[in-house]
Amino acid sequence: MEKTHVTMTVNGKAVEALVEPRTLLIHFLREELGLTGPHIGCDTTHCGACTVDLAGKSVKACTLFAVQAQGKALTTIEGLAAPDGTLHALQAAFREHHGLQCGFCTPGMITRAFRLLQENPDPSEAEIRMGISGNLCRCTGYQNIVKAIRVAAEELRAPKEAAE
Amino acid sequence: MIPGSFAYHQPDSLEEALSLLSRFGDEARVLAGGHSLIPMMKLRLAAPEQLVDLQGVEGLSGITEADGALEIGAMTSQAELVGSETAARLCPLLRETALVIADPQVRYCGTIGGNVANGDPGNDMPAVMQCLGADYVLRSAEGERSLPARDFYEAAYFTALAEGEILTKIRVPIPPAGHGHAYEKQKRKVGDYATAAAAVVLTMVAGRCESASIALTNVADTPLHAEAASAALVGTAVDQAAIDSAVSAAEAITAPASDGRGSADYRTKVAGVMVRRAIQRALARAG
Amino acid sequence: MTTETTSTAERTAKLEGLGCKRKRVEDARFTQGKGNYVDDMKLPGMLFGDFVRSPYGHARITSIDKAAALALPGVVAVLTAEDLKPLALHYMPTLAGDVQAVLADEKVLFQGQEVAFVIAENRYVAADAVELVEVDYEELPALTDASKAMDEDAPVLREDLAGKTEGAHGPRRHHNHIFTWEVGQAEETEQALAGAEVVAKELITYQRVHPCPLETCGCVASMDKINGKLTVWGTFQAPHAVRTVASLISKIPEHNIRIVSPDIGGGFGNKVGVYAGYICAIVASIVTGVPVKWIEDRIENLQATAFARDYHMTGELAATKEGRITALRCHVLADHGAFDACADPSKYPAGFMSICTGSYDIPFAHLTVDGVYTNKAPGGVAYRCSFRVTEAAYMIERMIDILAQKLGRDPADVRRLNLIKKEQFPYQSALGWEYDSGDYHRAFDKALDAVDYAGLRAEQQRNREAFARGETRTLMGIGLTFFTEIVGAGPVKNCDILGLGMFDSCEIRVHPTGSAVARLGTISQGQGHATTYAQILASEIGLPASAITVEEGDTDTAPYGLGTYGSRSTPVAGAAAAMAGRKIRAKAQMIAAHLLEVHDDDVEFDVDSFRVKGAPERVKTMQEIAFAAYNNVPPNMEPGLEAVSYYDPPNMTYPFGAYVCVADVDVDTGVTEIRRFYALDDCGTRINPMIIEGQVHGGLTEALAIAMGQLIHYDDQGNVQGASLLDFFLPTAVETPNWETDFTETPSPHHPIGAKGVGESPNVGGVPAISNAVIDAFAHLGLSHSQMPHDAWRVWQAAQSLGLGD
Repeated sequence: MEKTHVTMTVNGKAVEALVEPRTLLIHFLREELGLTGPHIGCDTTHCGACTVDLAGKSVKACTLFAVQAQGKALTTIEGLAAPDGTLHALQAAFREHHGLQCGFCTPGMITRAFRLLQENPDPSEAEIRMGISGNLCRCTGYQNIVKAIRVAAEELRAPKEAAE
Repeated sequence: MIPGSFAYHQPDSLEEALSLLSRFGDEARVLAGGHSLIPMMKLRLAAPEQLVDLQGVEGLSGITEADGALEIGAMTSQAELVGSETAARLCPLLRETALVIADPQVRYCGTIGGNVANGDPGNDMPAVMQCLGADYVLRSAEGERSLPARDFYEAAYFTALAEGEILTKIRVPIPPAGHGHAYEKQKRKVGDYATAAAAVVLTMVAGRCESASIALTNVADTPLHAEAASAALVGTAVDQAAIDSAVSAAEAITAPASDGRGSADYRTKVAGVMVRRAIQRALARAG
Repeated sequence: MTTETTSTAERTAKLEGLGCKRKRVEDARFTQGKGNYVDDMKLPGMLFGDFVRSPYGHARITSIDKAAALALPGVVAVLTAEDLKPLALHYMPTLAGDVQAVLADEKVLFQGQEVAFVIAENRYVAADAVELVEVDYEELPALTDASKAMDEDAPVLREDLAGKTEGAHGPRRHHNHIFTWEVGQAEETEQALAGAEVVAKELITYQRVHPCPLETCGCVASMDKINGKLTVWGTFQAPHAVRTVASLISKIPEHNIRIVSPDIGGGFGNKVGVYAGYICAIVASIVTGVPVKWIEDRIENLQATAFARDYHMTGELAATKEGRITALRCHVLADHGAFDACADPSKYPAGFMSICTGSYDIPFAHLTVDGVYTNKAPGGVAYRCSFRVTEAAYMIERMIDILAQKLGRDPADVRRLNLIKKEQFPYQSALGWEYDSGDYHRAFDKALDAVDYAGLRAEQQRNREAFARGETRTLMGIGLTFFTEIVGAGPVKNCDILGLGMFDSCEIRVHPTGSAVARLGTISQGQGHATTYAQILASEIGLPASAITVEEGDTDTAPYGLGTYGSRSTPVAGAAAAMAGRKIRAKAQMIAAHLLEVHDDDVEFDVDSFRVKGAPERVKTMQEIAFAAYNNVPPNMEPGLEAVSYYDPPNMTYPFGAYVCVADVDVDTGVTEIRRFYALDDCGTRINPMIIEGQVHGGLTEALAIAMGQLIHYDDQGNVQGASLLDFFLPTAVETPNWETDFTETPSPHHPIGAKGVGESPNVGGVPAISNAVIDAFAHLGLSHSQMPHDAWRVWQAAQSLGLGD
């Protein structure tokens, strides 16, 4: 099958490649670009382990073709920390509040929570639970994930000066 | 799970998309959000040779008010519908329904057009569109036609959509001010299809039901517009007896499959419970 | 110097040792997408393998045509049983003493069984080629009902066992019979039941479920033909055992095999077994000379690798009319699927089902278990539990409620009356176990007080009255459990897998500058071993946990161990860590005495240093001692500061807990809400309370999933129903309630630090607590039992059976 040329911006960097049209976005990221943070957990759009941020939306990269992301900006877990290595508030809060165990759902969970907090900087517990309901975790029972997201939300809302 | 090979097209205009469809005939499938089609392709239950992605086609998304109706572009995502102030104000049933479809990620990608057009009896919007009396605007190389949602569904995955035709928009008549509405869906978990679900819109005037419309999701191989159940409410005070007879009438038209969600008997009973609760909630909301 | 000015508390805190809520060292990589799971690996020239699987539950293979697949560009090879036969690799030994087809040999015995292995340049071509392998089948009648497995006219499943009347666990009395296992006092139990004032009897089924970790199983096998060395990276909960088994099967000398478990995305028992995919990837790498990756997808995972439970347990309790239990009899019909691939210690074909007397002082008990073959996937692993303990706990905790109902007594009273008393420990159970320690009544009372149990029962009474008056269609249920687990397998004298004793190990090297590396025979799958083992060691050797690197999972470097499952890491490898630490400390003491120029017995350990007794200002820190170990040791002492411990536990450990669940059941739809769940756990000494709490949250969520929805169902034709995450119930954050956690702390007397293990308690105790709550909602209407899962449909059916329909 003829390959298609795709270009997109991934974690701030322009990338281009020739791909088969059927190449799933998750395989493009993991195997072509070596971004193995997003994972494959279910193959059927249920678990959210493959969640990435595409053009300002949380999407499941196992249910998109790479060609559908043509020309768009994409962020994966690898792109969330600051360029100087400072962790994003969510990354720090997940560690601080034990929001992860085996780590397999974590990249998708944090990437999803990132978009949730962009849209709703002060979510209630119920809104957080609804907001991450497309991401399955088998280890934590979500309780500490919810706590970590609440704490990160507070952190992100606090004026920078107050933190100093 | 890996899909089979296909050729990919990303037309810029509807005309180009329609010409691709007429060129490739039944080899082609339209790709909207892809959240029904791509899973089927990964399971190799669908294997289109030509995939026509509509995301670049101008003018297929957005929600506007025109001539007493809401016009919803087929490529409007569920998330856009959830976020639409216009839709929330004029027809809140749409938002209530969109919020119980799948999960947040799927709602960003999944489109209203895909949800109503692919004929999956598990989808929620078809029954809601039947409840609201919506029309589907269908375009082909030959021209445009409009078809009521109530006449669109033939069997599971079989609809009145002809080969070479694309659903471009949905026209939803704006329900009267003060109408009551509800979508009640029982599911096993977030992301599941309904065990049974019911959409209700009704209007009350001086304590009497002036109009009522009830439709059911996932209790037959198509969505069901429950006409007798709707009629059972009209002219009544929507009291216990009227609700009982609407519930019985709704239960009578179901023909659900037995599956992991429950036996056919059970799903019929749940449909009845959903109808009852949706009526009660719609009634409480009717002004 | 600093030690004189720093308080003991400050120095202790700096170590981040036992008992503190140390943040996890693993999280830096996981939160940044830098974990290293097996599917993340990419080796030069690597090929990808994929399976052709059986669409039938039971069928004869009449032909396999590979031609079209082989003709597809990018396809390297297609393996079938015929290709493996010359290598004698078409069958592999299972962990339970049976054999299992690697690729189907003439017959398929379950839907999803591996029939052919396609090797191709990448996963896309492999998937295309799978479609092109043409297999013809002649369908045979499928056997999916275990209760019919030993009927006279039941289909013969295992033709390869024809004429074999003796299995790994004794005589086989039918062509579909695997074993019968019997423990306890048949006669005394029979007498007690015959003469009992009250007998409660029920068939309690624990349905077939699946551990379903978020990462599926997979591996990368790489045969280096020049050096003759095979390396396999994969999802292995027991890497050393895999190495030994791989060597025995492949005849490759064990020193030429390296098994590596990289990061593992959850295991829960699913990754204990040896699977056809591993063997095929190894063979494919040997054949092709390049690395071969195999990763199953989710549907394959749910269909083919390691189910759990499928136990049909008939319980009988004899009791006095006051509620004193006098005997327990239990018969289990165990559905093992098409091959006996249970992962139990070899002498225990039904695992530790014999813990089924639970937390109660029951004088006589008798247990029999019949294992049978059916046309279902093999497995029978311990899904977040120690070998069949969760089945045992479920049976006894349900039976206690059923007995209480029969007696007209509150289930809390019946439990309290029969709980083993503090002064009875160590307690000898009727089925042969010695419970190490416990204070059950204290824990039970604490739990009931915490939830205001009397208040809950009063509220329930009001709810029932309102329901009777037609004012509500919701019924409130209260579920109790008091479970006792048996974990930490185990003493080598009675616990082995394939002859490998179930000890575990730790090796420590202290570096000259006062940091260390510790290697253990276990492997974390999310439990946080790198964090908690370092805490144990920090307290034992007085170096900060942050200065101790923990490594696991690489058989070339880690000492031999039996891996992580059955909550054995803390009880066994954690003990090995403590013992190895003590060896380090003993040597450090001699070095310290030498440096301080006193006798060995004149120095004592003080958090992070050794001091001269009576002269505390004379001190050597562990850092100073570590450096001295490399340049100034006592005469006749070898330099260096290293230790190894292989720990053979003297006994199992027996964690316990008291759980209370409050549920509200909508009788019109069967939809059940868990309103409240309180979990009190006693896991002995608590190493890291933060991690313990996380383990409890996770285990309870898995319990919720099992009790409320999980089911791997087969229809009469042998088709698996619901084997994807659309149907298989993994609760989201929306369905999962907030969990309340609490604890008591009763150390194990025989464990070096008193720890018992916790990861599996919440699943063991959680399932019966939820199930008891759902059934209790209907108890006043006469419902004594209802089979899991308690999904809305089945709960509605229970309500209908009681005449609660409209």
